[in-house]
Amino acid sequence: MIFTIAHKEFRSLFAAPSTWLILGMLQFIFAWFFLARLDAFLQVQAQLAQLANAPGATQAVAAPLFGTVALVMMMLVPVFTMRLIAEERRNQTLTLLMAAPVSSVQIVLGKFLGLLLFLLFIIAGCLLMVLALAAGTQLDMGLLLSNALGLLLLTAAYAALGLYISSLTAQPVIAAIAALAALFGLWLTEISAVDSGNAWRALAPTSHFESFNLGLLNSGDWIFFLLFCIAFLLLAIRRLHNNRIYG
Amino acid sequence: MGTYHNPQTHYYMPDAAPTTLSARNLSRRFGQREVIHGVSLKLKHGEVLGLLGHNGAGKSTTLQMLTGALLPHSGQIEICGFDLARQPGQAKARIGFLPETPPLYREMSVDNYLAFAARLHLVPRGRIAGSVAETRRRCGLQDSGKKIIGTLSKGYQQRVGIAQAIIHQPEVIILDEPTVGLDPSQIRDIRTLIRELGDAYSVILSTHLLGEVESICDRVEIMHHGRIIYGDSSAKMQQYGHQPGFIVTLRAPPGLSELQAIAGVQQVEQLSATQFRILHVIDANPGAALLALAAQRGWQAEQLVPLQSSLEDVFVKITESETA
Repeated sequence: MIFTIAHKEFRSLFAAPSTWLILGMLQFIFAWFFLARLDAFLQVQAQLAQLANAPGATQAVAAPLFGTVALVMMMLVPVFTMRLIAEERRNQTLTLLMAAPVSSVQIVLGKFLGLLLFLLFIIAGCLLMVLALAAGTQLDMGLLLSNALGLLLLTAAYAALGLYISSLTAQPVIAAIAALAALFGLWLTEISAVDSGNAWRALAPTSHFESFNLGLLNSGDWIFFLLFCIAFLLLAIRRLHNNRIYG
Repeated sequence: MGTYHNPQTHYYMPDAAPTTLSARNLSRRFGQREVIHGVSLKLKHGEVLGLLGHNGAGKSTTLQMLTGALLPHSGQIEICGFDLARQPGQAKARIGFLPETPPLYREMSVDNYLAFAARLHLVPRGRIAGSVAETRRRCGLQDSGKKIIGTLSKGYQQRVGIAQAIIHQPEVIILDEPTVGLDPSQIRDIRTLIRELGDAYSVILSTHLLGEVESICDRVEIMHHGRIIYGDSSAKMQQYGHQPGFIVTLRAPPGLSELQAIAGVQQVEQLSATQFRILHVIDANPGAALLALAAQRGWQAEQLVPLQSSLEDVFVKITESETA
């Protein structure tokens, strides 16, 4: 039943022309950035070669690209999460799900997974772009995969938060703005806590992504992302259940 | 299908038909305001029940509670013997619901939407294509399978809404104002469909159109300020508080006293030079006697029309007597 809802969510994303437009624009922007980084790397490559333990193509091109994608995701995910529940409520289609033999848990997980599958496409697009470098050089696959994994976890955390905010309102636009504000706020806590030991940094998903970005698989970061997702998914489930209680 | 509960109240329906839905003492508050007070309903297989009431009487709230979209504050709902609160999966799989606004995803095609609705309602994977085709045929959507729902007219969207509610062949079909906003021929089609569905399954529909009740419902419950204030068969409702009588046209009328003298006549009123309204006692109809007398004395009787109180009058009478 979760997959029925996820499948429907995934398909209806592709039914909207705006989705295709956004996907195309994003790929264009990422490719632009990728080529710019690659160009810069090729120019300094000769000097780099004289250094001992010089940064390779993965570290100089792929890691910054994934860092940028992570930042863009912060603005992008709310655009997609806003529709999830708020639009169903506005169009009064939520009744179909509420009256059907599916639980709130299944509705929330279905929507979450459907969106995540879609966002996976964007991540996979970037990954493929970087993998194209394998034709000319040796890639650090470990660093590349840790980056992709980190980006996936970060996106999942953003999607969970956006999904919860979408469940609070009947207006998709409000859901988008509120989710953007929340994500931006989390990002600001990281930026404003300058020293790396500051406890506030631990709150921001972006700071946990940083270790993935460096190629560190830290169990603390894993647990942070998992707890972040679970907490907001539980809140969304609770909100949908309250929908049956308060109308 | 579990155990069926014996009806506690006796309706005119044969007792053999199993109870498909029973709701006891439902009540519901929104904040401090109690909008539904102790509503009980019972529905049997093969029956169409009309829930009648003014706007804001609590019809939609009641129907939403019956589908599990809204939880009641107290009371119990059983669908085919399954408790809606304790076994929601089993109970909800046996309900089809069309809310006031049909829950349509405008960007989907009719076929995809119906297949999604079927999967949501636990129709086995292998049977989905078959039930989509069958439901489309039933709802007159044969040629609309590939169309995008957002491009359909209001009437067709309503049909898709009904199709969504019946795709899994539910025992209980709940329709909230199914004919609002449709043109007369569409209304006729949908009423025919509802009547068919009522014979095969069981249907509850809410409406404020009395004609709808008259033409398709077996039984009527009237809601007023969140209470059920009247419940009976729709034929009986029509006779509620009704004084039997007829209007007779006599081309050569006699004096009023002569008409008054006929056995059984209670009151005679002259409507025009040739028309009289005659009210009589319930157990004796003086019509035959009057016609015989008219032939005998040359009153030239032309027509005799029994008085029928319209459902509207009855409805107003019932709701007013409750308010007073």
